[in-house]
Amino acid sequence: MSRSLDIVLAGFGGQGVLFAGKLIAYAGLVEGREVSWLPSYGPEMRGGTANCSVCLSDDPIGSPLVLAPNALVAMNQPSLDKFEGSVVEGGVVVADSTLVKRIPVIPGVRVRAVPATAMAEEAGFKKLANIILAGALYAETSFCGEEALWKAMEACVPARKAEMLELNKRALALGMRAEAEPAA
Amino acid sequence: MAAQSKVVFERPHALLPVVTNYCPGCTHGIVHRLVAETLDELGVEGRTVGVAPVGCSVTSYDFFGCDMIEAAHGRAPAVATAVKRVHPEGVVFAYQGDGDLASIGMAETVHAATRGEHITVIFINNAIYGMTGGQMAPTSLPNQVTQTSPYGRDVASAGYPIRVCELLSSLDGVAYLERVTVDCPKNVRKAKKAIRRAFENQIDGVGYSLVEVVSTCPTNWGMTPQEAFSWMRENMLPYYPLGVYKDVRAEGFANAAEAAAARSADCPVANQPSQTEGGAR
Amino acid sequence: MAEKVLMKGNEALAESAIRAGCRFFFGYPITPQTELAAYMSKRMPKVGGTYLQAESEIAAINMVYGAAAAGARAMTSSSSPGISLKGEGISYMAGADLPGVIINVQRGGPGLGGIQPSQSDYWQATRALGHGDFHVVVYAPSTVQEMADFVREAFEVADRYRTPAMILADGMLGQMMEPVELPEPLDPADLPAKPWATTGHADARPHNVANSLYLTAEALERLNVERFERYARIERDEQRAEAFLVDDADIVLVAFGASARIARSAVVAARDAGVLAGLVRPVTLWPFPKDVLEATVPASKAYLSVEMNMGQMVDDVRLVVNGRRPVEFFGHAGGVVPTPAEVLAKIVDMNGRFVGKGGE
Repeated sequence: MSRSLDIVLAGFGGQGVLFAGKLIAYAGLVEGREVSWLPSYGPEMRGGTANCSVCLSDDPIGSPLVLAPNALVAMNQPSLDKFEGSVVEGGVVVADSTLVKRIPVIPGVRVRAVPATAMAEEAGFKKLANIILAGALYAETSFCGEEALWKAMEACVPARKAEMLELNKRALALGMRAEAEPAA
Repeated sequence: MAAQSKVVFERPHALLPVVTNYCPGCTHGIVHRLVAETLDELGVEGRTVGVAPVGCSVTSYDFFGCDMIEAAHGRAPAVATAVKRVHPEGVVFAYQGDGDLASIGMAETVHAATRGEHITVIFINNAIYGMTGGQMAPTSLPNQVTQTSPYGRDVASAGYPIRVCELLSSLDGVAYLERVTVDCPKNVRKAKKAIRRAFENQIDGVGYSLVEVVSTCPTNWGMTPQEAFSWMRENMLPYYPLGVYKDVRAEGFANAAEAAAARSADCPVANQPSQTEGGAR
Repeated sequence: MAEKVLMKGNEALAESAIRAGCRFFFGYPITPQTELAAYMSKRMPKVGGTYLQAESEIAAINMVYGAAAAGARAMTSSSSPGISLKGEGISYMAGADLPGVIINVQRGGPGLGGIQPSQSDYWQATRALGHGDFHVVVYAPSTVQEMADFVREAFEVADRYRTPAMILADGMLGQMMEPVELPEPLDPADLPAKPWATTGHADARPHNVANSLYLTAEALERLNVERFERYARIERDEQRAEAFLVDDADIVLVAFGASARIARSAVVAARDAGVLAGLVRPVTLWPFPKDVLEATVPASKAYLSVEMNMGQMVDDVRLVVNGRRPVEFFGHAGGVVPTPAEVLAKIVDMNGRFVGKGGE
């Protein structure tokens, strides 16, 4: 049976949603699956909204633009507000509850709140909330085998940035075993 | 008579034995000859590519013996840029008139100059569009009557003529600018010297060089060739004074890049070494 | 087999162009193709090539003209408004029989339009890239892999027929990442010689001239006729299309590039719903793949052209179908991307109208 995961990752520009999406897409590539990654692009370079669509599938991917995701990673309130209604039944929402104050209840959709920004600051890698959330999404969906995920991380962080790779791996592990906050 | 004969005058090899389409009294023929003589003297015809403009000299690709490219109107500097990048060991010249160089092709002219392209530009300034029958050019003088300035160029409406050498002289990529004319043997010899220097600069990697030849258009000016030269001496030369407008070698620099560095000596970022290794220019 | 890497369409195309022996790139920034120029600016110095940011799109295409005349594989890229500016140089290249590759990563128009993906330059690419009687071979990739594959093919076809060639992509294909297997690199020194190029005659041959001016009407006509004989060979030999589930299709969709991906999803969904839909995906837009489309006419009931514009390629579908079947259009313009569900609804609607219940 074919499996497919259509993901939207959304947040402010600079939060790293595009990179987190690339990591997920790369994991699919490592496993030899069909994958696509499509960023929003526009005139906002900093501080505006950014999002990307990632598809992982066993079949050729039609439109890479995800309009009805079965997974949403929301890194701020406006992103959650914008995309929560598009998540399909049986889907999952992973939200950074440090910045998303209103954690919604959506019928038929699992919503997982992870205080990723606070966790990242506490762990000393302030800019890696995106990776913690990717880890949390992994815990929810097992979008690939675990080995593929680590390989993807190594492919996405340049070898010359060895210490960044280590931090990213720690952030990913942190997200994978993060306790879900109870829904408000 | 002695059996030996001595050649005192002949067609330059770099000029093909064909009849040109230029009007009687036109200076294009003289300037073509000077360019061809220079290619002969420097022995570079075989590695030269010329770029012809749109204008009266549009068909100069049929007159020069070197490889030739006919460019779109005004785009000769862009075309010449690319040819020089593909064949950095080659010699590349653009031959352009005033409408081509200073009106429709001004962006290409300014940017090829400021990039310091190692090309030679021969600029014929006769203050009129010749090929289309005598319309106002960017270098037409104030009050000059043309087909499209029938009451004389009204500077309040049409603006002022462009002095190309003066304009380009502020650009750091430029190695050499000289304005010459070809109205008499003495000036023809001076023009030849300038053209030769403009080609030598290219071969020696000194930078962008342009020679502006103040010229005439007896046909569209409605004058005899002699009247046209008189009018040119009387009106054009005061507006477009002859002389050297930039010559980095005469200023003591090896090339335009050295002169540019000296000019920006107080700007730290402008004087950092290049970040990339190798790579074609 | 080379390893697959995850790359943006713009970057995969740029890398593949270098691997096709292109060492001269002339560009100008415009969204959504800028990554292509940026990639070239980073890579060209490392491979001994030239990246030059031109002063304008006009200068950039005329630099391609010059580099092509000088015998090199040269390329420029832009997005819709910039392609309009390149029209002059493209026409001159066609007129001087110079090969070269032009990339259009389309965005919505007309005018400054928008920056979201569009296919609204189909008419321009296939009908009127500039003044005069001429064609440009136009490839329409629909995956990042094809962005990489078609640029090499474009260079080869351009050289073979001495014609400009275009990759007509769009913002979606340029911006998206997919796994791609890059082709093996060619050494520019191994490319076939171009004896017509203006390289300097080295006192070894008569001078070469690259030129599009012919002041004698008869001479110019003769050249146009010769060029169209070449175009006829291109139309015969270079048409390319992909046919998907067309053998028994009642409703044949026709879609290229990004919209073909959506159309394909809709065809699969229609089949699941019991509607016999199929897809012809033109890979070359000029020459339009008439032969593949013609082959579907006997079995089909109706045609649906799906495009990201107000309906442009549908003209070419109608020319092939020539009144024998109904031809309809579905699309979105301005950068709005059609959804498979919308296309499916249109297929179901057409099925109800054109495919009789219980046969004819």
